[in-house]
Amino acid sequence: MTSLPLTRSGVQAQRSAGGRVPVRANPWPGRLSRVARLYGPLALYGLFTLIPFYWMLVFAFRPAGSDRPVPWPLSFANFDTVWNGVGFSTFFLNSVLVAVSVMIATTFVAVAAGYALARFRFRGKGVFVLVLLCTQFVPGAMLLIPLFVIFKQIALINNLGSLIVIDTVFQIPLAAMLMSTFIRGIPFELEEAAMLDGCSRLQAFRATILPLMQPALVAVGSFAFIGAWNNFLFALMFISRQDRFTIPVGLSYTLGQYNIDFGALAAGGVVAAVPVVAVFAVVQRYLVQGLSAGAVKG
Amino acid sequence: MTLTAPVPAPVRPAPTRRPRRRGWSPYLLIAPTVVLIAAFLLYPIGSVFYYSLQNYNVTQPYDDGFAGLANFRHMFTADPLFWQSLRTTVIWVVAQVVLQLLLGLLLALIVNERFKARGFVRALVFSPWAVSGVLATGIWVLLYNPTTGAAHALSLMGIGSGDTAVLSQPTSAFIAVIVAELWRGVPFFAILILADLQSVPADLYEAANTDGAGRWQRFRYVTLPHLRGAIVLTCLLRAVWEFNNVDLIYTMTGGGPANETTTLPLYVARQALTDFNFGYGSALTVVSFLILLVFSVVFLRVTKYNAGRD
Repeated sequence: MTSLPLTRSGVQAQRSAGGRVPVRANPWPGRLSRVARLYGPLALYGLFTLIPFYWMLVFAFRPAGSDRPVPWPLSFANFDTVWNGVGFSTFFLNSVLVAVSVMIATTFVAVAAGYALARFRFRGKGVFVLVLLCTQFVPGAMLLIPLFVIFKQIALINNLGSLIVIDTVFQIPLAAMLMSTFIRGIPFELEEAAMLDGCSRLQAFRATILPLMQPALVAVGSFAFIGAWNNFLFALMFISRQDRFTIPVGLSYTLGQYNIDFGALAAGGVVAAVPVVAVFAVVQRYLVQGLSAGAVKG
Repeated sequence: MTLTAPVPAPVRPAPTRRPRRRGWSPYLLIAPTVVLIAAFLLYPIGSVFYYSLQNYNVTQPYDDGFAGLANFRHMFTADPLFWQSLRTTVIWVVAQVVLQLLLGLLLALIVNERFKARGFVRALVFSPWAVSGVLATGIWVLLYNPTTGAAHALSLMGIGSGDTAVLSQPTSAFIAVIVAELWRGVPFFAILILADLQSVPADLYEAANTDGAGRWQRFRYVTLPHLRGAIVLTCLLRAVWEFNNVDLIYTMTGGGPANETTTLPLYVARQALTDFNFGYGSALTVVSFLILLVFSVVFLRVTKYNAGRD
C-alpha cells in the first residue's frame, strides 16, 4: 500500500519537471477514475447497443450453414431470398411511397400551423395549442378500431392512402410545435423589412424565413420519415393485400413463420434498417435540440 | 432630392414582437391541421365511447346493436384476462420508466463529458432510437433464439448449456421483452436529458466549485434540480407511450406464453386485429383512456410539476 503514494508523487515530480504543470494534483488516479467513470460505462453501454446490430449483420451476410462469428465469406443469398423471394422489393417501394408522402405532407402542414402559432394572435389559439399537446397522449393502438371503421367508410382499406393520412396526422402535432418554436426564434424585423420593401406576406416569408428554416425542415421531415417508415400497427390493420404490405408488416410475417428463416429475417432487418439509419445519420445533429424544443418545452 | 415618394410611416409606434393582426390568415394556416386532427383523432376518440356501448363484432353482425353497459360488466366481472393484463401493464410501465430513467440519466451524463469523437459516439449509442418495434423484435429474436442466439454462441465457447429458450418461459419472456425495449427506449430518455443538461448555466458549476462542492454534490445540488422539470415531463410522456407500446410485444411474444406478456393495449389490439370484436375492444379502450387520464393528473399533482416552474 505504501508504494502507491510514492508512485503518485514520482509522476507528479516528472510532470512538473517537464515544464507542464498539471492542473490536478494526482494525474494518474484522475486518469483511472476517468476510465472507471467515463470510458468503462461507455464501452459497456456501447456493447449493449452494438452487439444486437452486429448479430443481425452476421446472420444477414453469412452463407447458410456457417457458424462463424464473422460474416465471412460475404454472401448475399439471404438478400436475394427476401428481396425477390419474400417480396421485399415491393414492400420497400410501398414503404418509400408512404414515408416520402408523409414527410412532404407533414412538412407543409406543420410549417403553415407553426407559422400561424409563431406570428399571429388569434382567437382559439390557446385551445389549439392545448389540443396539440394533448394529442401526445393519444395512443395510436387504441384508435385501431374507430380508424378502421372510418377508412372502410371512405374506401381506403387496402390502400396506401390510409397510411399516408394517418401517419401524417400522428406526426403533425409535434412537427407544428417544433416549427413554431423555431420560427419564433427568427426576428420578425426581417419579414417586416421585406414587407416594407413591398413584399407580400408570403413573399416576405419565402425571402427571409424559408432560407433560415433549413435545419427545422430537415429535422421535421426526417422525424416524419422515420415515424412513417417504422409504423406497424396501422399497416397491419388497414392493409391485408400482400402487394400493398410495407416493410414492418413484411418483416412481421417473416417473424411469424413456424420455421423462421433466420438468415432471411436478418437480411430483411438490414433492408428495414438502412433507410432509417441513413436518415438518422443526417438528423441526429438536430435530435437533441429538436426533440426538446418540440416535446418538452412545448 | 424631393422626388422621393414619402415612405408611409410605420403604423406601430414602438416595435412589438408579434404583430396583432386580425383576419383569416391564421385560420387558413391552421385549417389543414385542425381538419386532420378533428377527423382522424378527435372524431375516432368520440366514436370509441359510442362503440363501447354497442355489440359490434365483425364476425357476428347479426348480434350488433345497443348493449348498454354489458361490455363493461363483462370486463369487470367475467374477464380474468382484463385484470391480468392490467397487472402486466403496470409492471411493464413501471419497469420501463424507472430503468429507462436511470440508464438514460447515466448515459446522458456520460456523453455530456468531453472526450474524443463525442459526436460520433453519441450518434452510435442513440441509434436504436430510430429502430422500429418490429425491427427490434427481429434483432432480439435472433439473440434470444436457442439455435441462433447469444446462449448458443456462449455454449460454443464452452459457457452454459446453450439450450435456454428465453421466450417460451413466462418470466424470462417478460424480462426478455423488457430488455429489448430498454435497448430501444434508453436513448430517448438520454437525448431529452442531454438537451436539458446542456442548458445548465456554467456559472452555477463555478459557484459550486468555489464552495468546494465535489462531483456528487455538484450533481445533487446543481444538475438534478435543473433537470427536474424535464425528468418529470419525460417520465410522464414515456409512461403513456410505454403503456401504449404494442409493436414490440405483439411481434415478439404475441402476448404469450400463457398471456403472461399481454398488456392492456395489446389486448385491445388483439380484439381489433384477430377477434374483430370492436364493441368489447372499444370498451377496453375507454377504460384505458380513463386510466391514462387519472394517472396523468395524479402524476402531475404528486410531482407538483407546475410548482417547479417559474
